[in-house]
Amino acid sequence: MTATTETAAGSRGAQPPVPDGAVTVTVKIRRFNPEFDDEPRWDSFDIPALPSDRVLNLLHYIKWYVDGTLTFRRSCAHGICGSDAMRINGVNRLACKVLLKDLLQKGDKQTTITIEPIKGLPVNKDLLVDMEPFFEAFRAVKPYLVTYGNEPTRERIQSVADRERFDDTTKCILCACCTTSCPVYWTEGSYFGPAAIVNAHRFIFDSRDEGAEERLDILNDVDGVWRCRTTFNCTDACPRGIQVTKAIQEVKRALLFKRV
Amino acid sequence: MQFHKYDVVIIGAGGAGMRAAIESGQRARTAVLTKLYPTRSHTGAAQGGMCAALANVEEDNWEWHTFDTIKGGDYLVDQDAAEIMAKEAIDAVLDLEKMGLPFNRTPEGKIDQRRFGGHTRNHGEAAVRRACYAADRTGHMILQTLYQNCVKHGIEFFNEFYVLDICLTETENGPVCTGAVAYELATGEIHVFQAKSVVFATGGFGKVFKTTSNAHTLTGDGMGIVFRKGLPLEDMEFYQFHPTGLAGLGILLTEGARGEGAILRNASGERFMERYAPTIKDLAPRDIVARSMALEVLEGRGAGPNKDYVLLDCTHLGAEVLETKLPDITEFARTYLAVDPVVEPVPVYPTAHYAMGGIPTNIHGEVLRDNDNVVPGLYAAGECACVSVHGANRLGTNSLLDINVFGRRAGIAAAEYALSRDEHVDLPPNPAASVEAQVALALSEHGQERVADIRTELQATMDANASVYRTEDTLKQALHDVQALKERYAHISVQDKGKRFNTDLLEAVELGFLLELAEVLVVGALARKESRGGHAREDYPNRDDTNFMRHSMFYKQGDGLAADIRLDYKPVTFTRYKPMERKY
Repeated sequence: MTATTETAAGSRGAQPPVPDGAVTVTVKIRRFNPEFDDEPRWDSFDIPALPSDRVLNLLHYIKWYVDGTLTFRRSCAHGICGSDAMRINGVNRLACKVLLKDLLQKGDKQTTITIEPIKGLPVNKDLLVDMEPFFEAFRAVKPYLVTYGNEPTRERIQSVADRERFDDTTKCILCACCTTSCPVYWTEGSYFGPAAIVNAHRFIFDSRDEGAEERLDILNDVDGVWRCRTTFNCTDACPRGIQVTKAIQEVKRALLFKRV
Repeated sequence: MQFHKYDVVIIGAGGAGMRAAIESGQRARTAVLTKLYPTRSHTGAAQGGMCAALANVEEDNWEWHTFDTIKGGDYLVDQDAAEIMAKEAIDAVLDLEKMGLPFNRTPEGKIDQRRFGGHTRNHGEAAVRRACYAADRTGHMILQTLYQNCVKHGIEFFNEFYVLDICLTETENGPVCTGAVAYELATGEIHVFQAKSVVFATGGFGKVFKTTSNAHTLTGDGMGIVFRKGLPLEDMEFYQFHPTGLAGLGILLTEGARGEGAILRNASGERFMERYAPTIKDLAPRDIVARSMALEVLEGRGAGPNKDYVLLDCTHLGAEVLETKLPDITEFARTYLAVDPVVEPVPVYPTAHYAMGGIPTNIHGEVLRDNDNVVPGLYAAGECACVSVHGANRLGTNSLLDINVFGRRAGIAAAEYALSRDEHVDLPPNPAASVEAQVALALSEHGQERVADIRTELQATMDANASVYRTEDTLKQALHDVQALKERYAHISVQDKGKRFNTDLLEAVELGFLLELAEVLVVGALARKESRGGHAREDYPNRDDTNFMRHSMFYKQGDGLAADIRLDYKPVTFTRYKPMERKY
């Protein structure tokens, strides 16, 4: 069981002035610090926020002005670095890419936003999880260009169409939104997960690469692509709009027909 | 405390750090210590491209690139370094392609190139297509490709290790770098890394400003550490404001948009850059465009309800160009401003973007301890360093080039230096003592000041008083404010007293670096009574080559946050280009 505690605003001194147009929202956050807590709990914070605020702004407000122990990762704050993946109202999103206006309740009802750590990775503290298992799976699929023979003097030639073939999967920022939205990954952590397959796809379908067979062998493994149950959670979760499930299907097809 | 021993320690895992690691890791036992996970660095936010005179789409050569870089930097560039960068740019791009970087391609399958600000054909005749790119996520692809190659080469990373000090051992020939001290975020433990060479690649300090394209984590840690050791920082008054930040937010919209043909307009729809740079118009260097935009707004020609921004018009480019060549910035405008660039112009205003100055190095990445001598074993590359290829104003794309060319050079030099030494030089006594004391002090009860308040006030005064245009009065105000904030910083309170992932403590430490670097920036800006490149003084509107054709060198005098700053100068290196008036 988890307890819910109401944290009084102001434990960190006076709050900054409330900007014009602000609304009060309740931010309900799943907290856990193994250094001091036996079990996770829910903390709720009523804070002022602008509809144009990103959810990350709300977390910053709480950390900076209410509770400095609230812990999460973030860096670029505009959806490029992949640090702040979290479960917002039950779906995986980057906190810096969700705007409050898209979460507000209609009418006068006060909005509650629920924030939890992404699922399937060990929680280190609050919203911050251990990313090592995720990166381990990434590293296992040989996520780099494999070539044999002599290198050309100039660049390798690649047609516009060949370049386009794997464009979608080059967008991955390794945020783990997809992998930690996958029900298979939740129950079987040994599954490579969508992100690793996306990054394998990025090279398997690159005309310059000669390592497709090695990678397909790895993904043909018991913990490889065949675990995918095409739930499409990953595609919905991807903040970069990558067609993740489609990429996984293309890898499966390459395995079935032994052809890239 | 834990102890580690390596040949080479690299601090930072952005573009410069990982490029260095790929070289160093294949030659010597190398560790990369990084505050963030490797792919989180802000190299990934770079968009538009990386210039190299490949001449894949039109005539070009690296000598033109050298000239553009020097002229773009308002002649404060060290010309030998610029020549190396432009020459080695070609191999730097080809190396990345061979490592797997998915560049956009020409119809013939070669690396495609686009126009970019200040990059011209034949010494300024017209804009040239020199920037190699991967849509508008070139930095993302560079960062991913470098990390992929680090995985390939088995580079050893210490993730979320926050370096807070370096070890300098005094010898009869002066100080030698012997290691680094890090705070492990996961556990709060202190780690001492003994090394034969140390490479700083810690990035910039854009968070001294409120409106910035920079990440929250860009707090100038590396520059701050070096400065606290009594080593100099160079040209810190030169800070670049990128013309096209999303208005009010500062999120970057690439100059590549204008490279593809987008146009800046004021409230009446006028293409105002025609007045300021008649030849290359919207593709003038960033300092000129940023000042022109600020002037339009100051003179009442700004757009919007408060007339406080201008408009970036991409509507004539068409949906296809935007979706294929500029997809990310199209999405940024839609997500953060609810403006669709396909059908309406995007509100933009200059955003604090890039430090031209930093830790002074020579062309091998060796860190200088004064105008003539290096600190053996200490290297720096990328935005934290100043070699100086950017002078008073960096050209677009030259930062991605800088990290690749000088990251590689620093990695090779650091590894070769380490291999040439049989033994590690002894660490200084109690190498971890100062970091332990710093952490203990921050966690102790010594006041009620909130980190967020001091940081907010710092950013507000820097935006108001030390940004695109500066005067004696505004800068004095900024200096007064920053010094008062430093006093308050002595009484900050860190609420999280735990050892585990204490990011509350981290932010407090970062703020200390920000305050110190802001003061250096302002002191430099006050002393430089001229306008040059990114440093525009309303009270001294002209460039003054007689008195100021020289690099600034800042030294910290004494210990403590309130210590004085000593300002010295260093000559600019000239090879073949004589300073001329800068017109576009």
